[in-house]
Amino acid sequence: MDKFTTLNGVAAPLPMINIDTDKIIPAVYLKTIQRKGLKKGLFYELGHKPDGSENPDFVLNQPAYSQSTILVTGDNFGCGSSREHAPWALLDFGIRCIIAPNFADIFFNNCFKNGMLPIKLPQEVVDQLMEDAKKGANAKLSIDLEAQTITRPDGGVVHFDVDPFRKHCLLNGLDEIGLTMQKGAEISSFEDKNRLSQPWLWS
Amino acid sequence: MTKPRTLFDKIWDAHIVDRQADGTCVIYIDRHLVHEVTSPQAFEGLRMTGRKVRRPEATIAVPDHNVPTTDRSKPIAEPESRLQLETLAKNVAEFGVTYYDINDIRQGIVHIIGPEQGHTQPGMTIVCGDSHTATHGAFGSLAFGIGTSEVEHVLATQTLIQQPAKNMLIQIDGELGPGVTAKDIILAVIGKIGTAGGTGHVVEFAGSTIRGLSMEGRMTVCNMTIEAGARAGLVAPDETTFEYMKGRPHAPKGAGWEQAVKFWKTLPSDPGAQYDKTVVLDASEIVPHVTWGTSPEDVLPITGKVPNPADIQDEQKRAGMTRSLQYMGLTAGTPLTEVPVQRVFIGSCTNGRIEDLRAAAAVAKGRKVAAGVNAMVVPGSGLVKHQAEEEGLDQIFLAAGFEWREPGCSMCLAMNPDKLEPGERCASTSNRNFEGRQGKGGRTHLVSPAMAAAAAVTGRLTDVRDLA
Ligand code: SF4
Repeated sequence: MDKFTTLNGVAAPLPMINIDTDKIIPAVYLKTIQRKGLKKGLFYELGHKPDGSENPDFVLNQPAYSQSTILVTGDNFGCGSSREHAPWALLDFGIRCIIAPNFADIFFNNCFKNGMLPIKLPQEVVDQLMEDAKKGANAKLSIDLEAQTITRPDGGVVHFDVDPFRKHCLLNGLDEIGLTMQKGAEISSFEDKNRLSQPWLWS
Repeated sequence: MTKPRTLFDKIWDAHIVDRQADGTCVIYIDRHLVHEVTSPQAFEGLRMTGRKVRRPEATIAVPDHNVPTTDRSKPIAEPESRLQLETLAKNVAEFGVTYYDINDIRQGIVHIIGPEQGHTQPGMTIVCGDSHTATHGAFGSLAFGIGTSEVEHVLATQTLIQQPAKNMLIQIDGELGPGVTAKDIILAVIGKIGTAGGTGHVVEFAGSTIRGLSMEGRMTVCNMTIEAGARAGLVAPDETTFEYMKGRPHAPKGAGWEQAVKFWKTLPSDPGAQYDKTVVLDASEIVPHVTWGTSPEDVLPITGKVPNPADIQDEQKRAGMTRSLQYMGLTAGTPLTEVPVQRVFIGSCTNGRIEDLRAAAAVAKGRKVAAGVNAMVVPGSGLVKHQAEEEGLDQIFLAAGFEWREPGCSMCLAMNPDKLEPGERCASTSNRNFEGRQGKGGRTHLVSPAMAAAAAVTGRLTDVRDLA
């Protein structure tokens, strides 16, 4: 997993609530056995006209936002399915940080496994960052995970919370499976006890 | 005295392998369900790192999302779908995982077959790379959806790294009126608390109404807990649970059964257990529900009218509603019972069980699918299909003009050949009415199986109580 330490980039404004995972990437684009190449399905419906041509009004199709690495969006982002293809598609586009008032649990979780940082902030703070994002490519946000700060284009600083363990994994690009495998002895001893206390689970 | 604990607390505590100072836990996973869409990258990850599946016998795989629901004897036409199925078959063979293949009568939607085969048991932790894993909570097991990275984590370690959830109680008491089903209960709950209402919580459903539901009904309720944003839904195990489980292929047997039941009876929440949030509903006030928009929280009693964005104060919400109505092709103020449908879908992990098919057949019996309507019934598994045929339900559906299909996810999501065309409107027993969920440009109205059958025979959204 790639480390996440600091990120200085263009933030794209997507002021919609309840953006579900089908909207982030429709099911037809899940028919892959790979993690890469999913940006072609990213926000497909929002980004295309009914005839399949690109919708120039969609924020990520606009030249000012084509290099966005941050997304500022509405409440309950990522609700719906558990598909990790949603964060993979965002990452494939280049988005590494998403800022919203709240996220759906599974999506939120999935981001961290891919070196991406979802940041929850109060609605009024998100509203301010949304205004920053609307200013286009000249107004960048700067994120410092170690310090847990977002620096706005006017120099103002916003603090955010992040779970300490997840922060540690992101900062160091740690592979959680590797970490857990170091606990092999604890897992085995759990299993040994479980085999005795709930033998029906083992037959 | 120890602090009274909830059902969730008990399951959680019993599965902690390791706890860090900040509360992050490594929790043990008893059963891992796998399907073809969210697992290829996870198996590939194992291969790349030279890791093995820690407990292949506790890992159960089945293809469901991509499978066609028509004749299975021919190879799958769509190359990408075929590749996903072939990849699953190859992975389960290489890693030695339990597998129900596409020609096995036990094949079906992963959340239907887990309970059906007795893999799902009270007190377990169960995960699957699929948000509707919540279904299994109906048995009093902590069951939740995970992403593909976590699928790989469970395959390799039989554990997950998790933060504890908060407890939420949804208490529902009273008698359900005629024509009102488990689906209407959960739609009413989502309407009340919203699609983010349960975020960060595990919901326990309790009260006399829930106790009175069959296992099928409880599964329908828990299935859509994810649509209320919750991590999982739970119903405490009771005699109804044990009755359903007894004799299933993978349920405990003999002395093991007695021992298991004794343990399962210790699981219900202790008197006085604390919940972070409580929601109360009166069952007698719940009527048949239908969604009008593009989020499951966009739901109303069938007696209602399409809402008006002008009545909404919040700007983002108003914009959202305007967009939804435009997508859905609906005009504010239209009575919901005047909305015509062209398609009807009865099936999915929400409502593809035998009881659901019986409820739909009861409405379809002696009636005809309305002219211009295409209606299909897709059993949730091969065994559900078989049982329905034993009971003659297939004949009722066929006589009424419904299509009778092979098991799979079908038109719940647009991944296999069953899809809505742009602009087509469907009364569907599935769980998501998101834009494009059932096909690009398709318009979904979520309803119960009885309501779906009613819509099929009248050609419009219908209050099933009017057909009685
Ligand atoms: S039936 Fe629908 S919701 Fe259920 S597992 Fe299949 S696609 Fe997912």
